[in-house]
Amino acid sequence: MSSKKIIEHSEAATRFNKDVERVNWHDETLWFVREKRDRAAHNIPDWELLRETASQIKNNVLSNIHDYLVEFEANAQKNGIIVHWAADAKEHNEIVHSIMAKHDVKQMVKSKSMLTEECHLNDYLAEKGIEVIDSDLGEFIVQLRKEPPSHIVLPAIHLKKEDVSETFHEHLGTEKGNFDPQYLTESARLTLRNTFLTRKVALTGVNFAIAETGEFVVCTNEGNADMGAHLADVHIACMGFEKLIPQRKHLGVFLRLLARSATGQPITTFSSHFKKPRDGKEIHIVIVDNGRSTQLGREDFKNSLKCIRCGACMNTCPVYRRSGGHSYHNAVAGPIGAILAPNLDMSKNADLPFASTLCGSCTNVCPVKIDIHDQLYKWRQVLVKEGHTPAAKTVAMKTMATVLANPMIFNIAGKSGRFVMKNIPALVNNKMNKWYDQREMPSVPEESFREWYKKNSREAKAKKDEQ
Amino acid sequence: MSSKDQILQKIKNSQPNIVADLPDLNILGSDQFEVLDTYKTVLKNIGGDFVEVANYDEISAYLKQNYALERRIITTVPELSEVAVLDWKNEDPHLLQNVELTIIKAHFGVAENSALWVTDDILGQRVAPFITQYLAIIVNKSDIIPTMHQAYERIGNQEYGFGTFIAGPSKTADIEQSLVLGAHGARGLIVFLLE
Amino acid sequence: MKKNMKIGLFIPCYVDQFYPKVGIATYELLQKLGCEVHFPMGQTCCGQPMANSGYQYLTKGCDANFIANFAGFDYIVCPSGSCVLHVKDHLHDDKQEELAAEMRKKVFELTEFITDILKVDHINGNFPFRVGMHASCHGQRGLKLSQMTELNAPFFSKPEQLLSKINGLDLVSLSRKDECCGFGGTFCVTEEAVSVKMGQDRIKDHENHHVDYITGGDMSCLMHLEGILKRQKSSIKTIHIAEILNSFEN
Repeated sequence: MSSKKIIEHSEAATRFNKDVERVNWHDETLWFVREKRDRAAHNIPDWELLRETASQIKNNVLSNIHDYLVEFEANAQKNGIIVHWAADAKEHNEIVHSIMAKHDVKQMVKSKSMLTEECHLNDYLAEKGIEVIDSDLGEFIVQLRKEPPSHIVLPAIHLKKEDVSETFHEHLGTEKGNFDPQYLTESARLTLRNTFLTRKVALTGVNFAIAETGEFVVCTNEGNADMGAHLADVHIACMGFEKLIPQRKHLGVFLRLLARSATGQPITTFSSHFKKPRDGKEIHIVIVDNGRSTQLGREDFKNSLKCIRCGACMNTCPVYRRSGGHSYHNAVAGPIGAILAPNLDMSKNADLPFASTLCGSCTNVCPVKIDIHDQLYKWRQVLVKEGHTPAAKTVAMKTMATVLANPMIFNIAGKSGRFVMKNIPALVNNKMNKWYDQREMPSVPEESFREWYKKNSREAKAKKDEQ
Repeated sequence: MSSKDQILQKIKNSQPNIVADLPDLNILGSDQFEVLDTYKTVLKNIGGDFVEVANYDEISAYLKQNYALERRIITTVPELSEVAVLDWKNEDPHLLQNVELTIIKAHFGVAENSALWVTDDILGQRVAPFITQYLAIIVNKSDIIPTMHQAYERIGNQEYGFGTFIAGPSKTADIEQSLVLGAHGARGLIVFLLE
Repeated sequence: MKKNMKIGLFIPCYVDQFYPKVGIATYELLQKLGCEVHFPMGQTCCGQPMANSGYQYLTKGCDANFIANFAGFDYIVCPSGSCVLHVKDHLHDDKQEELAAEMRKKVFELTEFITDILKVDHINGNFPFRVGMHASCHGQRGLKLSQMTELNAPFFSKPEQLLSKINGLDLVSLSRKDECCGFGGTFCVTEEAVSVKMGQDRIKDHENHHVDYITGGDMSCLMHLEGILKRQKSSIKTIHIAEILNSFEN
């Protein structure tokens, strides 16, 4: 696990914004994905009803997850799947390793699983001498660069084709200066094909697990999860317990929403339903808690567990688009990451709920109607109460509270005495004030509105007329 | 206490006391549109292609004309034995790595997203539609249904070990959002719409 | 609206002190539209700056003061969607919660008050300029003053409906119709880099549509955009929607 000092979101965002052209490109590219999502959503007359339905299914799941898990395990076992339970990241990693060790295998091919990012599985297995190759193209690229993914659906969206070309030239021996995405993708295809053909263990994530049937669904566009799983002797599928849905027919709702929300596609290229292992082969499922049951108990935040990891909230987030996924220093970035991360570690992630203007666009694009921006607001309250904000800020806020509750102090006469003027960042004209770095302050009028009102209101005029 | 018991106990303590109702799905999927036309349009939009055919002979003729028959072509459809081999279902799946074209028949297709539903009993081998360079899928025109809701009604309690919806060729846009067909799976998908 | 309704004019603290002209325009406009308007002198701030920073627990004094100043009015009207949203969502008082609940329902943003309560759909103002409307997030997504582009739902916009009837006003259609400007309260200083970038991009969209003015329903967003415009020495000006709507003689 990385013990590197965390760079706070605002600092990382400042660095990201040093390269204006790169920021513009990042913003426009993700906005383009948001627009594709809009077109797809607006093409479905039932879209809002679908979101509402998905939200209700997930509400049902969260209220009955205990029984669904028991049902799922029983059905999966009936199907010949081996089920494991992991209380936390450490246990998850140990289980995966024990399966590898049992089969005496030192190499794994892995398709996208944000859960294994959350658990830092790759680092753990590397320490145990096991080589993991990420097969999703975006993840393959960032893995070669020793970077984490910056987006849950588009892992390498922070990179330009020139960056990828350089990385592939160094690691795969592609032509220097050949930036053609077609060429670069083809070279990764050839390399990874060999990987698929030689790995005995394949690990995949899980998009949905169905209690009624004990099967699970994995969605990809590249077909990498299938290439890995169908060629390996052992398929390990890792899932947070919130991936459960009650019945097979509910997939109709979620598969209509997932890809449209994510990239604007009508569905992912492959939506693979794994129910039983091939003859003589094994499927393992690792069901992981890692803080989820704690989040389930937080009344204000339990709905975050409805997330189906489409990434729509990231694509629409004006802050994410201009700060990049790495600025969130968490496996899941963006607005959803900012409400999930504090549950995992409040002190480490105390900055994230503040990395938002609370504009609310995330909540509107969410296919399962998570009240993301309201939860960001509520996390701020919790983080302050739990003491995760700088002491100086608390002192300033307390002063402000006293003054604003007291009109007498608030209204001390005269321009220079006015409280707002001294306390609104816009007016403090000094080097310490971040407002002034790139913005002018508003000009100060001769009189405030209330001063004008005292002289010019209808009552004031009526009084004058009497005199 | 085992981790399983511990997790389930924690969940029991955390989850709400009242179980929220499941919604009615019958109100969904009543969108009115021209099913076959929509299917074709969506398929083209996601990088696939289609040919309308009256019978299997027309499929064979098309394949002869458009694919290099000297390469390895496999199928699970006996009617196509003239252009493709049938005896590969019990091979080690790794040996399918040199397959140029796999031809299979889908249970049905979905108009709204052009996805085709296939299960292991008609796949021959699970990896067959993925490992091939090109993929051809046959579907009856009468088996194109409007949306995913009808799809799952149709699947119902169907028994399978593995099933997948395939919509178009394998693709990626992970480099600068530029669409590239043929990421790891088939580089191209042709759908034979059978009368 | 029934006759003799008493309107409490709720002017955000920073508007009171920096943008009195917006308060004046709001006051005059409501009077021209036939309302009896009073500005309670003891009002300070709704408490949002603290609440959005995580210090909602410190806003009890603000809430009590707000209630003390505005309890007697039939409606409370404010030229800021953000402040209205805060009151609607968070005004509480342990000692008189019923009253607080009632007041949460009585507070309105200026344009929605005009269209929904006064039922006025046409103001005969005059503003011969090319104008971009910045839909502030709290007014739009919080109060639903206009349709949100994320949703598959029919278009409407209370402020644009009023602006479209102003003589000479040429309302442009922005490329990103409801992108946030990046003000965000204390966000504007704690996340300065992103805040400014968002503001610059918001301005760019308006520039690309050759506007003379950027208007909107929230002076806080406009203050942020104005700060950037002035630094850039841009010829584009900001103006609160109340000032445009008040551009007629009774």
